[in-house]
Amino acid sequence: MGNINRRTFLKFSVIAATLGAAPSAKSQENFSGWPERYGMLTDTTLCIGLNCRKCEEACKKVNNLSRKNLNLSDNSVFEHKRRTDPENYTVVNRFPNPNKPETPYYVKKQCMHCDEPACASACLVKAFKKTPEGPVIYNKDVCIGCRYCMVACPFGIPSYDYFDAYTPQVRKCTMCYDRIQQGKIPACAEICPQEAITFGKRKDLIALARERIRSHPERYHPHIFGEEEAGGTSWLYLTGLDSVQLGFPNALAKTAYPELTRGFLSAVPLVLTIWPVLLVGLYKFSQSRQVKESPESTQNSVEESHAGSNGKPDN
Amino acid sequence: MPEAMASPTIKHWLVSKLLMGQSWRSYLKSLLTPFNIIAGIILAVGLPLTFIRFTQGIGAVSNLSNANPWGFWIGVDVLSGVALAAGGFTTGTAFYLFGLKKYQPVVRPAVLTGFLGYFFVVVGLCFDLGRPWRLPYPMLVSYGVTSVMFLVGWHVALYLTVQFIEFSPAIFEWLGLRKVRNWVVKLTIGATVFGAILSTLHQSALGALFLIAPTKLHPLWYSPFLPIFFFISAIAGGMTMVIFESMLSHRIFSRQVSPAQHLQLQEITLGLGKGASAVLFTYFCLKWIGVAHSYSWEWLNTPLGHWFLLEVFGFVLAPCLFLFWASRRNSVGLVRLGAIWAILGVILNRVNVSMIAFNWNQTDRYVPRWSEIAITITIITVGILTFRFMVNRMPVLYHHPAFLGDKNH
Repeated sequence: MGNINRRTFLKFSVIAATLGAAPSAKSQENFSGWPERYGMLTDTTLCIGLNCRKCEEACKKVNNLSRKNLNLSDNSVFEHKRRTDPENYTVVNRFPNPNKPETPYYVKKQCMHCDEPACASACLVKAFKKTPEGPVIYNKDVCIGCRYCMVACPFGIPSYDYFDAYTPQVRKCTMCYDRIQQGKIPACAEICPQEAITFGKRKDLIALARERIRSHPERYHPHIFGEEEAGGTSWLYLTGLDSVQLGFPNALAKTAYPELTRGFLSAVPLVLTIWPVLLVGLYKFSQSRQVKESPESTQNSVEESHAGSNGKPDN
Repeated sequence: MPEAMASPTIKHWLVSKLLMGQSWRSYLKSLLTPFNIIAGIILAVGLPLTFIRFTQGIGAVSNLSNANPWGFWIGVDVLSGVALAAGGFTTGTAFYLFGLKKYQPVVRPAVLTGFLGYFFVVVGLCFDLGRPWRLPYPMLVSYGVTSVMFLVGWHVALYLTVQFIEFSPAIFEWLGLRKVRNWVVKLTIGATVFGAILSTLHQSALGALFLIAPTKLHPLWYSPFLPIFFFISAIAGGMTMVIFESMLSHRIFSRQVSPAQHLQLQEITLGLGKGASAVLFTYFCLKWIGVAHSYSWEWLNTPLGHWFLLEVFGFVLAPCLFLFWASRRNSVGLVRLGAIWAILGVILNRVNVSMIAFNWNQTDRYVPRWSEIAITITIITVGILTFRFMVNRMPVLYHHPAFLGDKNH
């Protein structure tokens, strides 16, 4: 990836962001994602896992996360499945390979940076944003800590500072947004000794992944995970097995997550406009009926029943 | 003591309004009741836990985790709390808008229950939110309009205001402010209409919150009809809660109610029981339309499927039929029993959606910690104490004798 390319791209993205209102509003309909967005391609058939986890270390370094519990030569961590948490924005898990038990698969887990993120659509204060560059970033200055993003995320990625009473934050991978802006590539992709993680334009990565599947059909499950899942993600995976066998969520639809609540939200204006008329109509109807029945007795009977009650307060 | 400094009028006002005409000593003595001692013990546990929560974080008192971000506080305090506080809007709509005059005596207590219910939902939410002091942010700072939670936030805030307006005549009667009272009473119809709209939307929005988690919520509970399920079951929850709450009020504050009112309440209880039964039946049918629509029949014969059947038959259809039968027999006592049954059913549904059927396929399951439950019990206790404080002082169960001739809406 040349510098000039990147600069042109950044210039484009600034222009796009300035004029951005139109395309981003359109995203509700047929927006297929920022065209020049970056992505990451993890080739899980290349990851060695054992005695490595360099990506975890690099991630901790650039994000200033505690390295207290990090021991790269401790392979017992693979004995159970780990998830992302406030100290680990990425974790590598091991999965058995039924075809070749002696070479299990290692799968790096982190934020998928969805094209239309569930977290962003769920957030009531717009703390999450899909940047035109690709990363989904979080703004701690508006977050109220309802953790609906964590409920919404189909990949189970966002984590929370449960032991921080005053400044708790949602924590997740940023795809090294700061580094991308500085012209660098994400730390995990840079450090990976196996070149299992590739950074680039998402469309180029998809072409690259297709090419690998085509030239090594014996090596790969013929599917790029993330190309369409949850409406498409910036992070893509090449796998040797079906994604479900590698810990990815089961029965993940191709529809983007904002679609799931759109129907409900579009019914809101209908209730707001129809109910007042309906309810006031009912009120007028019930009033006219009472007047017709007995103009005064209704009023009186209500009052009598209370005047009759010697309901005196205790005081 | 402030007595020396306070002017006689202020002292007189305090004694008559707050101490209900008693001296400090006799008032404090009157507080020594078994209920208050239990409440005191609950607070003695709950207040230190509150301190720990707000000094050491959510994790110090709860089992909430990265895998299970919502638990007992959301499932019980918020989801069940809002559903059961729907009594204010259902009785208000029935009485003011539909003209069902016989429900007049329960409107004020129901509106107070609704107002306090929502108020303490927000209090409970403050324990759950990471930064509760940012509660006004969705109204003032940053607008996440694509979020169902945004709608919930706005609506609960607006509805709290509406319910305060609806209840405020009682406060102004208590304070003897006739002009303000008669002005605010004119807002009643508008407030009731607005309240019904807000309730329709946020009750259903609480169900819609889970639409975004199709892979996490069990297929028998996940349905595009979740908003409708939550709305309809909240109506049933609200109605049965009015039955339950009025029963308790008439027992605890029996000195405030006349024999005639007792008789009236029996009629009302029977009517509400019949109504709740009809609503529950609608809800029962809808639940099955939901199963058919999602084509999730195959899940019924699994452990969680049996749990679903228990919820839908044991806690929706059973109380529905029981309430129908009891109201046909004119048995007020049995209707009250059925109401409690139905209330438990609404809570069970909210607990299922937010906890038991949520993350059902995950290895890391959530079980609440005792301190989460203790905090919830503390909040409910403070809610009951506030309700009692207000009912003892304000004209809620009876008509203020000085305002009998004034218009009520």
